Amino acid sequence: MDIFLQQLINGLVLGSIYALIALGYTMVYGILELINFAHGEVTMMGAMICIAVMGALLSAGGLPAIVVLALGLAAAISICMVLGYSIERVAYRPLRGAPRLAPLITAIGMSIVLQNTAMLIWGKQYLTFPKLFEPQRYEWAGAHVTSLQILIVVLAITLMGALLLLVHRTRLGRAMRATAQSPELAGLMGINPNTVISFTFIIGAALGAVAGVMVSAYYGLAHYYMGFLLGLKAFTAAVLGGIGNVAGAMLGGMLLGIIESLGAGYIGPLTGGFLGSHYQDVFAFFVLIVMLVFRPSGLLGERVGERA
Amino acid sequence: MTPSAKADADMLLALQGVSKQFGGLAALSDVSLGVAQGEIYGLIGPNGAGKTTLFNVVTGLYSPDHGVVRLGETLLSGCKPHEVVTRGLARTFQNIRLFANMTALENVMVGRHVRTQAGVLGAIFRGATTRAEESAIERRAHELLNYVGVGTHAQRLARHLSYGDQRRLEIARALATDPQLLALDEPAAGMNAIETAALQELLQRVRADGVTILLIEHDVRLVMDLCDRVAVLDYGKKIAEGAPSTVRNDPVVIEAYLGGAA
Repeated sequence: MDIFLQQLINGLVLGSIYALIALGYTMVYGILELINFAHGEVTMMGAMICIAVMGALLSAGGLPAIVVLALGLAAAISICMVLGYSIERVAYRPLRGAPRLAPLITAIGMSIVLQNTAMLIWGKQYLTFPKLFEPQRYEWAGAHVTSLQILIVVLAITLMGALLLLVHRTRLGRAMRATAQSPELAGLMGINPNTVISFTFIIGAALGAVAGVMVSAYYGLAHYYMGFLLGLKAFTAAVLGGIGNVAGAMLGGMLLGIIESLGAGYIGPLTGGFLGSHYQDVFAFFVLIVMLVFRPSGLLGERVGERA
Repeated sequence: MTPSAKADADMLLALQGVSKQFGGLAALSDVSLGVAQGEIYGLIGPNGAGKTTLFNVVTGLYSPDHGVVRLGETLLSGCKPHEVVTRGLARTFQNIRLFANMTALENVMVGRHVRTQAGVLGAIFRGATTRAEESAIERRAHELLNYVGVGTHAQRLARHLSYGDQRRLEIARALATDPQLLALDEPAAGMNAIETAALQELLQRVRADGVTILLIEHDVRLVMDLCDRVAVLDYGKKIAEGAPSTVRNDPVVIEAYLGGAA
């Protein structure tokens, strides 16, 4: 039983991170029906920028650890917001109205550009997340929880709650939902679709940046290529929850994290040690395939026909 | 009966020499007309005459190939749809277009967008001004729902409203943008006699409250009862304009509707 609880906790942490990234995919898809494949790279950039800024601040010295972390996070978020805005401006807006394959290709191109940019700036080696705090470990019913894990889950849930409030209770959120239902109609009601689309990319990128920092803090590492797999899994989470659906991305992210962790935890014992926990990644894509075959609209997704 | 240039100066909405081609088809050719402040102006004509195209040009969905559209002093032609709304012209649609998965209240609140400011910072920090603005939006939206008579359905999804109520909701949403001119594309389509009478009463109230109305309508009685002036379009050309009673007896109009037999 303790392995179950342990993997559930690990899955929740992983799932919170997936969910934050999945929101970026799902919000953009909801409005533009575009899969922004560069989003995983924005997440990677968030991690790299945070580590770089913290490294610079630490070597300068004199600042308390918490301030270093806050500044690193702030730098990651703000630079990624600019990045998110620019990606849309440069790679997608000129192709608005083009056949859907065209922006998909530029999305992949954008992701390669970002990967290579990161590689040129920081090189091919792993960057290590500086050890700022000694993590507290708690024991609970035979399972271990660290303070970092708690922090990740609490922060992720807070951000998701804030996003739901923004989408459902504010003027900007209303404009986003209206634009998602019909960009043309929203325009005819006085909403500038381009402004809404820009904000969508900016908000998604900010959440992605936070998730990137979480991943690198959790594993202690960051790498120019980390955005690829992370992005694919978050995309899977978005599909699992129903792409285009904000609450779906949150649910899908959490579920995917838990499925992966439980899968990784049990695959060894169940196959008598034949398959090990390094098969973890298989579960995400197995889920993706199963969803696409049996319920492509996702758990909370609506039929496409319901768009007004 | 061509509107002279000096008459146009007093017009709230003025079209001058507007043309729009689709491939080889002249959907609108050289249409000029003016809607005076405070009037209800009808636009009639056989199916395919170019009425909805004219609406789409006026509201910025299409840009005219030739000609200009003005609202008061400001130029509308060349504006994007959302800019047209900002300048004071709102519309409804022939085939109802609501945000189907939002509540009736939210649909109207979307209409308030152009007259409010709160941006992303306000949304995140939700200061006093943002909250005050948000509650003002909601209050105004409730008022408008009551004004058009669907106040009791505020919390229902738009797609669950009856057909007649959806039409009224569209009007409430358009009014939420504080328009000077409200353009209605067949608001009585599919309504029964009672609903049409209620609509007529509503539109008279809207006009009395200072909103000028441009109306496309097939219901001849409604047009005759409601409109101060009408223009008749046929094959993209304006073939008549004037008081409803004059226009209905115009031989050119009768021929357009009934064909050569008349």
